[in-house]
Amino acid sequence: MTAAPGTLLIEAARRAGIEIPAFCYYPGLSLQAACRMCLVEIEKAPKLQTACTVPVSEGMVVRTNTPKVHDARRSMLEFLLTNHPLDCPVCDKGGECELQDMVFRYGASFSRFREEKRHTDEEKWSPVVYYDGPRCILCYRCVRVCNEGMDVSALAIVNRGGRTLIGPNAGGHLDCEQCGMCIDICPVGALTSGSYRHQARPWELHYVPTICTHCGDGCKTTLSVRNNRVLRGNNRDQSGINGEFLCIKGRYAFDFLHHPERLTQPLVRQEGKLVPATWAQALRAVAARFRQLLEQGSAFGIIGSNHAGNETAYLLQKFARAGLRTNNIDHHRTADYAALIAALARSGVRPADRLAGSRDLLTARAVLLIGNNPTEQHPLLAWNMRTNVRLNKGRLYVVNHRAIKLERQATATLRIEEGRAGALLDFLAGQTTAGQPPALQPWNEFRDRLRAESDLLVVFGDEIKGDGIARLVAFGNTLGGVTRYIALGDYNNSRGASDMGLLPGSLPGYAPVEDAVVRARFEAEWNVTLPPGPGLALDEMIAAAGDGRLGALYVVGANPLKRYNLNAGSSFLVVQDMFLTETARQADVVLPAAAVYEVNGTVTNTCGELQRIRQALGTNGPRADLEIIGLIAKETGISLGPVGSEEVFDEIRRLVNGYNVAMAGLAAGEAVPTAPADGRDASLGRPDLVHSSGDTLFTSGTLGQYSDMLEAVRRH
Amino acid sequence: MRFSAQLEARFERFLARYPQRRSALIPMLLYAQDEVGWLSPEVIAEIAGRLDLSVVEVESVISYYSMLRRRPAGKYHIQVCTNISCMLREAEPLFEHAREKLGIEPGEITEDGLFSLEEVECLGACSWAPAVQVNYDFHHEMTPEKLGALVDRLREKRP
Ligand code: SF4
Ligand code: SF4
Ligand code: SF4
Ligand code: FES
Ligand code: FES
Repeated sequence: MTAAPGTLLIEAARRAGIEIPAFCYYPGLSLQAACRMCLVEIEKAPKLQTACTVPVSEGMVVRTNTPKVHDARRSMLEFLLTNHPLDCPVCDKGGECELQDMVFRYGASFSRFREEKRHTDEEKWSPVVYYDGPRCILCYRCVRVCNEGMDVSALAIVNRGGRTLIGPNAGGHLDCEQCGMCIDICPVGALTSGSYRHQARPWELHYVPTICTHCGDGCKTTLSVRNNRVLRGNNRDQSGINGEFLCIKGRYAFDFLHHPERLTQPLVRQEGKLVPATWAQALRAVAARFRQLLEQGSAFGIIGSNHAGNETAYLLQKFARAGLRTNNIDHHRTADYAALIAALARSGVRPADRLAGSRDLLTARAVLLIGNNPTEQHPLLAWNMRTNVRLNKGRLYVVNHRAIKLERQATATLRIEEGRAGALLDFLAGQTTAGQPPALQPWNEFRDRLRAESDLLVVFGDEIKGDGIARLVAFGNTLGGVTRYIALGDYNNSRGASDMGLLPGSLPGYAPVEDAVVRARFEAEWNVTLPPGPGLALDEMIAAAGDGRLGALYVVGANPLKRYNLNAGSSFLVVQDMFLTETARQADVVLPAAAVYEVNGTVTNTCGELQRIRQALGTNGPRADLEIIGLIAKETGISLGPVGSEEVFDEIRRLVNGYNVAMAGLAAGEAVPTAPADGRDASLGRPDLVHSSGDTLFTSGTLGQYSDMLEAVRRH
Repeated sequence: MRFSAQLEARFERFLARYPQRRSALIPMLLYAQDEVGWLSPEVIAEIAGRLDLSVVEVESVISYYSMLRRRPAGKYHIQVCTNISCMLREAEPLFEHAREKLGIEPGEITEDGLFSLEEVECLGACSWAPAVQVNYDFHHEMTPEKLGALVDRLREKRP
């Protein structure tokens, strides 16, 4: 067989379908050679060799299946089991434990060890991480993934010889990012999670792969479900764009689903108070009022969600534009995707060719990160950036107004004053050169370094929006090669919400509402005349609702009244949500909505990668947003055509710029890049409304308030 | 915290010597221990900070090397080898005698702060077993009597 020079024997064998057992070897982490499970016979070598450290060489003859090798494996397992408690029947890992599997395959059924086993008690290191020392086989995977992968270094080896254990960094407990990487990478049940330990056996679970809702990166998380409860999330098969990575939120912050304050019944305001009602009553109340307002010619305002899938966003704007006859529709914008697509198109390139995917961060030769703090706000993209520096010698350049953790990986860092990003961009693009004061020296050096790069990948936060993005692209065009971009937005469907046209000035796909050609296409499709001219933006809608200029405000999966004030009772307020949020509390009708983990559909991550979400749970009371919008439309007497998620997605594929993707990959659970072909005319109103919630690893907007795990970790 | 000027200068040389900063860890720990007497939490935190390591990484290294101490020791740290060669040459009664003579258990310090006791593995002095090490000095072919005399001598040396 052949393999590239430098390939480790164990990898070459795996690729050829030959199993060499291993505990300590883990692809992408430094070599440890601690467990000796991978011993093989190499011709001409006097002793057995570790396949995890020996690279292949020309003419090498290796035997992996001889009595001698089997003997070695059996002995190593016997040795590992000397102090192992063999409590598989009550161990969380039982059924998916690598030690159990290896003993089953290669182990001996007897042990010569007659001494007493050494015991240490299980320790709780944090709400997330528990350690059971006797089960630990000292493979050091956890230590390495925390050091190398996470750059946290919260775990270390303590003591030596027979007393060696793993220890946490903060005197018996863990002060760390609580990602749970160490738990999932542990081959045995030594590290267990606060949310899953002692809950279930892996073979009685039902596994549903879907997309994490908490940030814009779009990690695949496979939810393990039993009795209609989610017990854990992980990506053990490494099938998503995130490989083995998940942060605390993708792994453990699903518990909002089961929060006791979850709304299960519609609520209707009667004599000033929200009282429970049936779905029929609530829908009738909404529809009657909507009909009345339509007849009176009153205006509506609609606010959509960053979490709900593309289908919901699309149907909501269709309902607004075709049904309620208004362009008063918006959402909390967290990145200025419209401006990026427009700036690219206007600079004469096809936006799709310049929008990078999340995995491009793993291979880019150079990455420029402006603003944001990805370690907190985009944990997967931060992981990719670190991995690229560590394994591929990628270079990372960081510009920020504050210190961020990723500077530790940076080739060069430039600290600027807050609000100076625009000036820096002009400088980088070469527009200010004359008479440079000494303070500009670092700017100069930084620019020189960037100019020496080609094929730069630029990642930027909400510090750059509107016209700033045009300046960024102008700078990108001064560099060699193909400069690509990622705009960082907050949640699982922030990008989708924007792409689907939850914007007062844009139809789906960023055509301005005035664009005659695109309008005509949608009008023919929907069989209506669309309202002319842009509608009100989010803050304008709330102001208008407050002084009675709007007949009704319809809010789907958003909590704008957390930031804006609305005079109570000034217009009819309908809210669809999972919880009685600040906004829902003021509503006239509250409709309990299903969570993203309870519906089928698609979402688009901040890099524009489209992925399927799947229903992991049934709901008892709440309904899917898509279904609720359909029901309200129907009761109101408005026909929206078929409103099933598949049918709506078909329409999206046909009509939305960039979404005509191949179905095969999507159906197979892959991330498919959307490919916006144009957008030069995109409406760019109100960039001041673009702002990130600035979530940390342990917060997630309004939703995060209902996760007990995140709450526990914040208090830890 | 600051160490003596001499030690600070030595640390500077270490830090310049190694391409990887963290390589200076063990020598720094050892010299700091010699100066401070033990590796107190303050010393550990200080050295971790200087090498850009986490405290637990430093503790990890300390816990591997038995010569790095996380407990204060006496002015004279008496290390009695009870490993195989010394054991064959009566190290065990020697060790018992040391306990009685000093009136402390291994890991403890005499009330006057002069002595501490430790049972150690092979000191590499098997040809002259049984061996005892006091701080950095070796004492060969020890007997309970010779050990007793040594302790008395050290006690009198007191200023
Ligand atoms: S949870 Fe994550 S950050 Fe914390 S110790 Fe484990 S790997 Fe390290
Ligand atoms: S806790 Fe698990 S991953 Fe860490 S060393 Fe022990 S067995 Fe390996
Ligand atoms: S990085 Fe983002 S998408 Fe991935 S698990 Fe964390 S919050 Fe979820
Ligand atoms: S896998 Fe090779 S020594 Fe552990
Ligand atoms: S056994 Fe005591 S010095 Fe070697």
